[in-house]
Amino acid sequence: MATYANLQDQYPQRGTLGRNKARDARERLIEGVLMAAAAVSILTTLGILFSLATEAVSFFRDVSLAQYFGDTRWSPGGTRDRYGIWPLISATMMTSFIALCIAVPLGLLAAVYLSEFASHKARSVIKPALEVLAGVPTVVFGFFALIFVTPLLRDVIPGVSIFNALSAGLVMGIAILPLVSSLSEDAMSSVPRSLREGAYGLGATRFEVATKVVLPAALSGIVASVILALSRAVGETMIVALAAGQLPKLTIDPREQMQTMTSYIVQVSQGEASAGSVQYKTIFAVGTTLFVLTFLMNLFSFWFVRRFREVYD
Amino acid sequence: MAARTDSFSSAGEFRANLPLRKWKGYIFSALGILSIVIALGTLLTLLFDVVQDGLPWLDWQFITSFDSRFAQRAGLRAALAGTLWMMALTILFALPLGVLSAVYLEEYAGDNWFTRFIQVNISNLAGVPSIVYGLLGLQIFVRLFNLNRSILAGALTMVLLVLPIIIVAAREAIRAVPSSMRDASLALGATRSQTVRHHVLPYAFPGILTGNILAASRAIGETAPVLVIGALAYVATTPTGPLSRFTVLPIQIFNWTSKPQKDFHGLAAAGIVLLLVVLLSMNSVAIYLRQRLYKRF
Repeated sequence: MATYANLQDQYPQRGTLGRNKARDARERLIEGVLMAAAAVSILTTLGILFSLATEAVSFFRDVSLAQYFGDTRWSPGGTRDRYGIWPLISATMMTSFIALCIAVPLGLLAAVYLSEFASHKARSVIKPALEVLAGVPTVVFGFFALIFVTPLLRDVIPGVSIFNALSAGLVMGIAILPLVSSLSEDAMSSVPRSLREGAYGLGATRFEVATKVVLPAALSGIVASVILALSRAVGETMIVALAAGQLPKLTIDPREQMQTMTSYIVQVSQGEASAGSVQYKTIFAVGTTLFVLTFLMNLFSFWFVRRFREVYD
Repeated sequence: MAARTDSFSSAGEFRANLPLRKWKGYIFSALGILSIVIALGTLLTLLFDVVQDGLPWLDWQFITSFDSRFAQRAGLRAALAGTLWMMALTILFALPLGVLSAVYLEEYAGDNWFTRFIQVNISNLAGVPSIVYGLLGLQIFVRLFNLNRSILAGALTMVLLVLPIIIVAAREAIRAVPSSMRDASLALGATRSQTVRHHVLPYAFPGILTGNILAASRAIGETAPVLVIGALAYVATTPTGPLSRFTVLPIQIFNWTSKPQKDFHGLAAAGIVLLLVVLLSMNSVAIYLRQRLYKRF
């Protein structure tokens, strides 16, 4: 990375070879501009924190934290305002859980197959196809869940309502599957060949090499991919907004409709809540909760990789 | 290898269950294939369903008319124009910002806390849910900068959302430029910025382009942040400038899908077909470029 710095240390001829002041100034100016561009990412983070915090703080001046985390009903703007976040969180957890039940086993099996069993040719076809799946916009998956999967489920399982967590969760599982499979496959591919060949040399079969050598060695990367997938599922918006419904309800029945944190934000955004109203502030309180949750998950996955990564030379 | 196992006295024990152990592998491999078939089968079902529902609605009138309360007369002219505006404005800002950041991180930044902080920050930003970017845009661009619910506000939000994609891709492309190229340029007396401009960037161009196409396709497909910013459900004019109110394809699809009438679902499917055709062709160009132009070194 620091190629130039090293070079300049090695060849300290600047100054002896006739320094060009205008040129030096221009170089410094350019470096400054580049640095400013890189700093935009920091401004973005600050912007997120600032915009979430200002409205959320003002929200919690009206609604106590005790009510927010203590109440079990969410009905803002009704005759009796109730601001208990749990129905939204439980719905989020429900859809994410269903999604992970699909994405993790299927994604991991696909990853092991691609990394350990597939021929080069099969890989070169399947990987781009999975990339296509990953590139489908979530609103399209939402359409698919509501228009195709839900009617199918209603035929098969009794008592499924038109909007339900099950359909949204299942489709979301397929939507985040490529994330699990590609990150896990990366982790498995980076396990050095020598480990595999050592195991083969000792007489292990492909299955044994995959499950007893490669999987344990790639475990940190695999766990990280699962956590990132969970974080993606929690923040996923359009599938749940279309297919899971808009009714905040504290239930563990996946056949019923429920409202996740993200679809609540969508619901309020659709009706134009005027700035300054409590309803306007709620989406920032919910957004803060969402941000903190996903941030902690991302942080945990970074930490996990750093802590448990096997380093090979 | 077979001869060798034979020479071991305990090899019989091994061979006794070798078929079983191999079968485990076949079953595991079959499960892997099954998973992939489920994933890609869903994709195919989705595509088939969308084409089946949408094709009857997909005609010239659909592309050239504005949205309407009557499904027969509705079209996505406004959404199409909005999406084009959105994509152009997003890339206009995101391309230079992303490439400059990547150049800084790869070619200039020393190995210090500031650099590490920016890096951690970028990977964190890539994990922030897109709807949170919408809240940022609503608060900062729509309200603080007073851009109202305009295309510009939407595009600036999208810039921040796709910036990590562009930066990561551009950094990889820049890193892949052999350092001999830089050394040669510097040895001939070029400054850092001249080296970057005349040698590093031209060679990294295909990779940078790929990242930008992927970022643009992300910007086209994202719905949640634009929804929060307040893209309109119903627009009967094409945008006249960056400060116009607007709608985009995914929003239009979302609205049609949310309606109870079946005809509108057909319209939504037709919109999806159009959106997917655009996205898939952009992505295949990106994949083609990546495979084709990278082979030079």
